[in-house]
Amino acid sequence: MSSRRLVTLSVNGREHEFDVLVHRPLLEVLREDLGLTGAKECCAVGECGACTVLVDGLTVNSCLMLAVEADNRQITTIEGLTPGESLSPLQDSFLAHGAVQCGFCIPGMIVSAQFLLDSNPSPTASEINEGLAGNLCRCGGYKRMLRAVEAITEPEA
Amino acid sequence: MNAGSVGTGVPRVGGRERVNGSQQFLADIRLEDMLHVKLVTLDVACARIDSIDTSIAVHLPGVACIVTPADLPQPMPRFGPVYRDRPFLADGATTYHGEPVCAVVAESRDMAEAAAEAVLVGYTEVPGVFTIDAALAQDAPLVQSPSLRPDDPLARSNVLRERRYEWGAIDETDTTVVDHVYSFPMVTHFAIEPHGAIAHADDDGLTIWSPVQHPYLLQRTISDLFEQPLARVRVLAPDPGGAFGGKQNPKFEPLLTWIALKTGRPCRLILTLEETFQAVRRTSCSIHVRSGFRANGELVFHDVESDFLVGAYADIAERVVAKANYLACGPYRTPNARIVARAIFSNTTPSCAFRGFGTPQVAWAIESQMDAASRLLQLDGLEIRRANLARFGEDVVPGDVPADGEWQQSLDRAAEMIGWGRPPLEGRGRGIAVAIKAGATTGLSQATVRLLFDGSVIVYAGTSDMGQGARTIFAQIAADEFGVTVNDVSVVSGDTAIVPFDLQTSASRSTVFMGNAILAACEDVHRQLRSLAAEITGLEAADVEIKGGQVHVKGEQHSIATVLERGLGRLRGELVGNGTVRRADDPDHPLGGAPAFYEFNCTAFEVSVDGETGEVLIHRHVTVGDVGRALNPLQVTMQDEGAAIMGLGHSLMEQLLLDDRGRIRNLGALDYRIPTTKDMPLELESEVIENGDGPGPRGSKGVSEGAILCTAPALAAAVADATGVVIRDLPLTPERVWSALKAGVAR
Repeated sequence: MSSRRLVTLSVNGREHEFDVLVHRPLLEVLREDLGLTGAKECCAVGECGACTVLVDGLTVNSCLMLAVEADNRQITTIEGLTPGESLSPLQDSFLAHGAVQCGFCIPGMIVSAQFLLDSNPSPTASEINEGLAGNLCRCGGYKRMLRAVEAITEPEA
Repeated sequence: MNAGSVGTGVPRVGGRERVNGSQQFLADIRLEDMLHVKLVTLDVACARIDSIDTSIAVHLPGVACIVTPADLPQPMPRFGPVYRDRPFLADGATTYHGEPVCAVVAESRDMAEAAAEAVLVGYTEVPGVFTIDAALAQDAPLVQSPSLRPDDPLARSNVLRERRYEWGAIDETDTTVVDHVYSFPMVTHFAIEPHGAIAHADDDGLTIWSPVQHPYLLQRTISDLFEQPLARVRVLAPDPGGAFGGKQNPKFEPLLTWIALKTGRPCRLILTLEETFQAVRRTSCSIHVRSGFRANGELVFHDVESDFLVGAYADIAERVVAKANYLACGPYRTPNARIVARAIFSNTTPSCAFRGFGTPQVAWAIESQMDAASRLLQLDGLEIRRANLARFGEDVVPGDVPADGEWQQSLDRAAEMIGWGRPPLEGRGRGIAVAIKAGATTGLSQATVRLLFDGSVIVYAGTSDMGQGARTIFAQIAADEFGVTVNDVSVVSGDTAIVPFDLQTSASRSTVFMGNAILAACEDVHRQLRSLAAEITGLEAADVEIKGGQVHVKGEQHSIATVLERGLGRLRGELVGNGTVRRADDPDHPLGGAPAFYEFNCTAFEVSVDGETGEVLIHRHVTVGDVGRALNPLQVTMQDEGAAIMGLGHSLMEQLLLDDRGRIRNLGALDYRIPTTKDMPLELESEVIENGDGPGPRGSKGVSEGAILCTAPALAAAVADATGVVIRDLPLTPERVWSALKAGVAR
């Protein structure tokens, strides 16, 4: 059927082939077909950031990207940012700083923060603020999230 | 033994799952053979439904069935936490924008959505009431049929209930009178996890998965509606991804259960964020206050007329109105008061509990009155509050629970933190406000504690962990009672088939009510441990003491694990204890019971205002809570900071806007703004006062709502201080502030 297409998604380093409906969002494929439920759905219009993942190293609202657009691209989800049984320094820092309340926004928030740190290991306070501005947290945990990120930035050389 | 975890900031229990993405929220649950439900709604508030044509939709791919009102039992069953007025589906007419008309059930969400669009609903729009004035007009259409309130003299009006609280006598002689009207907008909870539920019926009975705050109320509701014994209704409550009061009471679970019974398959409904906006909101209001003060700032009276616009169904909104207005006069010695509070139905989203439970609304009015008086009397905002704040043991509402904290300590500390008294920089202004909220008035929490053979502990507590970190506190309490670390304790909740009864997760009650129930259950286990130790040693149980998680027998100290090993022997086993905390109804009390504690907060701001744009820049935002004892200081601060940020939402930017036909014009995240990192104050500091004067474990009180209670009046006072412009309608959007500045300049 013309409304379907074969795609290859490389998710967290593993390749998956799918015959997907062309209108299916990447988020849905990640959550429903791959069982990677770390990325969350809230607003479905790209405003809340709960569904944030990395595509070719850039943050993307996976509710807005179609699975077919991600064909042959490298996708990293929160599951892929978690090193095995342990936690990443950023994840540890979120817990240590009390940045986690209900937790629903946290996977997306951590993906955004990790992207920020990967692209700019020594961000200023306002760069961190800017970097997390696309992720909504209704528990209002922003101050602790900003601190959690700040705590693991590399000092400016 | 460890040094004790209570009083330390141990990281959140369940934190690891939340940072690595493995925490299972409702929408992450996959069941075999699950059907997906989509509700059909109309882009209209009030409409008589003339026809529902499903003939096309029902034949679309994947559609299992379409449930219309005609399929449901007649008269349509209704439910609600106080008033049983909410039908499963719109009953002949929609009464608010987004009220579901029918439900499409299909093999996938996509299929359900496609079919929902193909359902043809014939309807005739009819007049509705969307504002307080319209609802109270002489010939206003009635939101609810009088038949729903058969013995109620108000049934032929849109007034759901009027409450009157009165003491002393209002006498304006020798007083300076301030008289103003304040408005508070409709705002929505916007939990990042949209609402939803799953229902399934099988030979074991009914199972409902719902991230509710009150699993046991949902269990009772389903049991009543479907005439099933409680034991055959199991509610599994995954931790909510934010709730804030919006997830207290059943909404669509009864309909889902009915569909699950009909289809014999698990049925899931996940609302979109837009649909969630149409399911819950905070009660908006208009409050007219006339207040009298002596020249020295002494408060003589408040005369309050409080009109709260509730939605088309009562939900818990009348209780919000009753409870908040009972303490409308705030944490002050108020010698004379008259409070008339009305809950008024309207054809809008049913309003319900929302963090603060009506107190942010009344505090907006009363605290702004205090500032209005201070300006007239040439006092400052701190002085007038100091002069009137109730001291420990003094009455707030005469005859009721007196002030239960040294509240002036919080006031003074916040003043110090904001630099009160030192002149602010050019262009900046400061404001300060205080508020109290009544803690839970009645309650019943039961807990079970199992002390396992190796000394580790399982706590069963039916409180929903919705971000406040209840599980962490419970683990800390139990850990200290048995001399283990938090990692040796697991807390089980969210399953009515396993975990004993808890009335609800609301009103910042859980640390006090469930905390004490857990302590009682631990004490029950301690009693058994003492007997065991006595048996082993041949002494009396009275000779055994359990202290700091150690067993003390006549000067000798043993670890609990040793006593268990020797006492329980080769067959092992465990000790099981139960604890109950009951705060019974008091039928003579206006609220059905006196508050178990007051949640007191003081908030202060330093701001400047951009004269060109009307934008408020917050230089510093401080809150101080009177918490009794912070069992986990980190979590208390997290709650306070979070409540403070949420308070900035309704103070600065949030409001649901309706058109003149009652339709919400800013549905969803694109058009409805909540605070982001960019809205953060430049500095946000939160502190607590700890005097151990609360009724909870170690003298704690509830804390999760304090810092949202008086955000708005403190902020508006700071804006007034900076600009000379006083605004009495929330939110203080740039547009509103700019307009007020222009009007002020023109004057």
